[in-house]
Amino acid sequence: MDAKIACRSVWKLYGRDPEGFLAAHGGAPPDDAIEADGYIPAVRHASLEVFPGEILVIMGLSGSGKSTLVRCLSRLIEPTAGEVLFDGQDLLKIPARELIEIRRHKMGMVFQHFALLPHRTVLQNVAFPLEVQGVDRATRENRALEIIELVGLKGRERYYPRELSGGQQQRVGIARSLAVEPDVWFLDEPFSALDPLIRREMQDEFLRLQTMLQKTIAFITHDFDEAIRLADRIAIMNEGRIVQIGTPEELVTRPTDDYVANFTRDVAREKLLTIASVMEAPTDGQPLSDSVVRRTDRVADVARMIVTSEVPLRVADDDDRIVGVVSRTRILDVLFSRESGAGG
Amino acid sequence: MAEAAVPSGELAVRRWVAGSGQSGLRVAAFLLAPFVFVLLLGPWLPDWLRAVPEAWSAPFVGWINVIVGVLRTEEIFGLLTFRDMSRAIANLIDYPLDFVEAILVAGFSDSVPGLPWIAVTGLAIVLGWYLQGRQLGIIAGVCFAYMAIFGKWELSMVTLSVVLVAAPVAGAIGVALGILAYKRRWFETLLWPVLNVMQALPHFSYMIPVAIFIGIGHKAGTIATIIFAFPVMARLTILGLKGVSPEVREAGIMAGCTGRQMLWKVELPAARPTLMVGVNQVIMLCLAMVVLASFVGAKGLGHDLLNRLRSLWIGQALEIGVVIVFMAIILDRLSQAWARKEPEHMREGPFHVRHPFLTAGAAVVAVSYILAAFIPALQLWPKSLSITTAPMWDALIDYIIVYAFDYLELIKATLLVHVLIPMRDLYLLLPWSALLVFAVTLGWYYGGWKVAGIQALFALYLAFAGFWERTLITAYMVSFAVIVCVIFGSIVGIWAASGPRRTKIVELILDTFQTFPSFIYLIPAIMLFNVNDFAAIMAIVIYATIPTTRLTIFGLRTVPHDIVEAAITSGCTPRQVLWKVRMPLAFPAIMLGINQTIMYALFMVVIAAFIGTTDLGQEIFRSKADNNAGKSLVVGLCVACMGLIADQLINAWARERRKVLGLA
Ligand SMILES: Nc1ncnc2c1ncn2[C@@H]1O[C@H](COP(=O)(O)OP(=O)(O)OP(=O)(O)O)[C@@H](O)[C@H]1O
Ligand SMILES: [Mg+2]
Repeated sequence: MDAKIACRSVWKLYGRDPEGFLAAHGGAPPDDAIEADGYIPAVRHASLEVFPGEILVIMGLSGSGKSTLVRCLSRLIEPTAGEVLFDGQDLLKIPARELIEIRRHKMGMVFQHFALLPHRTVLQNVAFPLEVQGVDRATRENRALEIIELVGLKGRERYYPRELSGGQQQRVGIARSLAVEPDVWFLDEPFSALDPLIRREMQDEFLRLQTMLQKTIAFITHDFDEAIRLADRIAIMNEGRIVQIGTPEELVTRPTDDYVANFTRDVAREKLLTIASVMEAPTDGQPLSDSVVRRTDRVADVARMIVTSEVPLRVADDDDRIVGVVSRTRILDVLFSRESGAGG
Repeated sequence: MAEAAVPSGELAVRRWVAGSGQSGLRVAAFLLAPFVFVLLLGPWLPDWLRAVPEAWSAPFVGWINVIVGVLRTEEIFGLLTFRDMSRAIANLIDYPLDFVEAILVAGFSDSVPGLPWIAVTGLAIVLGWYLQGRQLGIIAGVCFAYMAIFGKWELSMVTLSVVLVAAPVAGAIGVALGILAYKRRWFETLLWPVLNVMQALPHFSYMIPVAIFIGIGHKAGTIATIIFAFPVMARLTILGLKGVSPEVREAGIMAGCTGRQMLWKVELPAARPTLMVGVNQVIMLCLAMVVLASFVGAKGLGHDLLNRLRSLWIGQALEIGVVIVFMAIILDRLSQAWARKEPEHMREGPFHVRHPFLTAGAAVVAVSYILAAFIPALQLWPKSLSITTAPMWDALIDYIIVYAFDYLELIKATLLVHVLIPMRDLYLLLPWSALLVFAVTLGWYYGGWKVAGIQALFALYLAFAGFWERTLITAYMVSFAVIVCVIFGSIVGIWAASGPRRTKIVELILDTFQTFPSFIYLIPAIMLFNVNDFAAIMAIVIYATIPTTRLTIFGLRTVPHDIVEAAITSGCTPRQVLWKVRMPLAFPAIMLGINQTIMYALFMVVIAAFIGTTDLGQEIFRSKADNNAGKSLVVGLCVACMGLIADQLINAWARERRKVLGLA
């Protein structure tokens, strides 16, 4: 499958003459040179792909370059070097007019601090992208009303942003970004400014919308719990680099370095890991229980059954073939010794 | 300034100066040493290092007058002279001016009269009510009714019509320049210094060139007002546009805005709060200027005030002063209410439900016209019924003179003999080279070489412009006034900041006083001390105390709470908390207040020339009499330079200080 949006070897340096500096070092300056010459490396040599219908979550500590990378993807920021491909087309090479068209029809973005226009009502804010395109008033307001209903703000169309709570304001932000029915949806820490209960509610809301809309999504967060709830895949950034991309399970079981491991340390593994990542090869003559678990089952869901069984259980794949066994000791490892990688 | 960019030798000097121990004293000593050195050297300095001889002074005045002469008489492309063109453009202002004046008072012809005074008053009530609420509506109504009943209606409406024309024009010019500067970097670099100088130029410097190119008269006064008021709008437009949150701008881009859509649908609306601050300031500057513009023939309240003051009819002058004060208060309140007004929900229903205030306004006008047709006193309040307060004021003044004259004279004489005259003689000894050394040392220490260079430029201009002695006299008056202002202002400020109720009351008073046109402040000074240097200084003191007081309160009240609590828990007495914690932290803010006080004082010193001083103001004043545009500009720039020297040094210092205190 082709990526909906992708970037290849993207660099973003801040400083006096970033292009010249990159060129002088053959496009890949060493870290000490960057520091010595006083450049700020916001993004270094980042490549990633987002496939249609996928939620890619980008994570990292504050200042690790998440926002910058996503803004390079939407070309709000001009990368210093690299390619950004949208449907296979290089966004860095297309003319300004065409870029405006792509933004008007194919991209939507949600911002951390909502970025609503204070002088416009909810309805006018949501209809704003359509207004900019020149869609006539009746059409755009009808469309805006539909989306306002979709995000659960029906009845508040005539409110001004200052009259809404944070969660409601972000719903407006979401509605606005969806008004043009974009293919690609960028969200920069959309829920970080909200308190935990509302955040949880908004995450559910977001998942509900996504099952309906099936957008291609790049989602920034620095909260790992949020990431595993939402992500198909997670990209972890550190000091401008993408240090690992993978499914949540891969990150937990096979972190490439301590930085990634630190992120995943406090995760409730049993909820994340599947039986596949804890099962072992069956040994001959081993006594086995009659019960069977599936390799795609989450550990948390079947832990009780396995732990209460004296002998290991068999693990079946989707075609009901036995592919391994899982013992209570493995499960107890997962449940109690979070430090050691369960995959071994 | 980034330390990395400083050469190591310079860094070493800075380190040494700011070194350990009594660093405050050490810095001060280092900064003042060169100045004191040159000062002590004074008697042995060659004459030209003390005051630049006339023969060496740059003939700026002559140059400018040559340019002015060329612009006046030489034809461009053999068609029109610059003066003809400027007059043609100025004539355009006549149309809106006449139109607004006709609506407000003059009428279009005998058959179509202007709005009756009850209509204008009624509209003011509706407007106040709409913008804020019933209370403001009532205040607006009272103010306007006062103007009518006390027999100042026509004068007030003439003045109001100038403001109503000049403010939108100045605002539009300012916004246009601001937008251009925001979109084009090079234009911004060009515009900032021009705005800085323009905002430091005293009122009068605008008037004479305008009078020369347009001629004395009402129109010239309006144009001078516009030129005087637009810089603040340009500045605030730039600030407002730059202050739009980057996220909001990104939201606009992601929605697919074109450049133009971005500006009109996103950036300007999002910058509205800052723009509205500009609108308020433009209106108030217009009023201040139009009152003064009576010197070049603007009609209205200012014109009458000027005449009364000239003939020393203080009671009548006070009477007009009160009307001007009312005008200032109501314009300020209305424009502030407008700035604060949030967009509102429109109710559903027929026109009068959706637009209740428009309907009310129309009804007011219709009913007033009908009533006025039957009762002439509602069209124009009859002179015979007008109330005058002049006798009351005169009686008050007589009372003061009878009972307080001796004391006032005593104060005046004592201050003059023991403080003012010695101080003035001392100032006259100051060599220009000492000022240069002083400005450059401070500029370098707090702002680096660039600031030092600009400081040198200002100082050299003062030295070579040919008005050094007058500059020194101005400096002496301003410094004395500023010292008094600072003492007085900080005491009041400290007192006011000590409790929330006091703060509120004092701030209300300050806010009100600040809106008064500066001209007004001459009246009490003349009233108490007659026409002389001392009265001028008193006028400056009354006017220029406001900013120091205001920023003292602000500085003290915005000291972070946890720091104060930490001081209290570590056992400070209230006095210690004030002097050891709050004052030092508030000091940068207070310095900015003093900076503004200096600017106010410089503006006022020029206006005070009207009551006979011997400083730069007097020169500007005289240049008006003989239509010497060159001189008025050169002297105006002298005043501006003094202001800019103080402004730049204090700002550089405050920036540094805030950084040290971690307040920035
Ligand atoms: N305009 C700029 N000029 C200079 N440096 C910048 C600029 N924008 C970003 N940076 C730097 O680039 C780095 C990455 O910033 P970015 O905003 O992408 O971080 P982030 O991962 O989104 O952080 P956060 O979680 O705080 O939003 C930071 O060190 C930041 O200081
Ligand atoms: Mg960010």
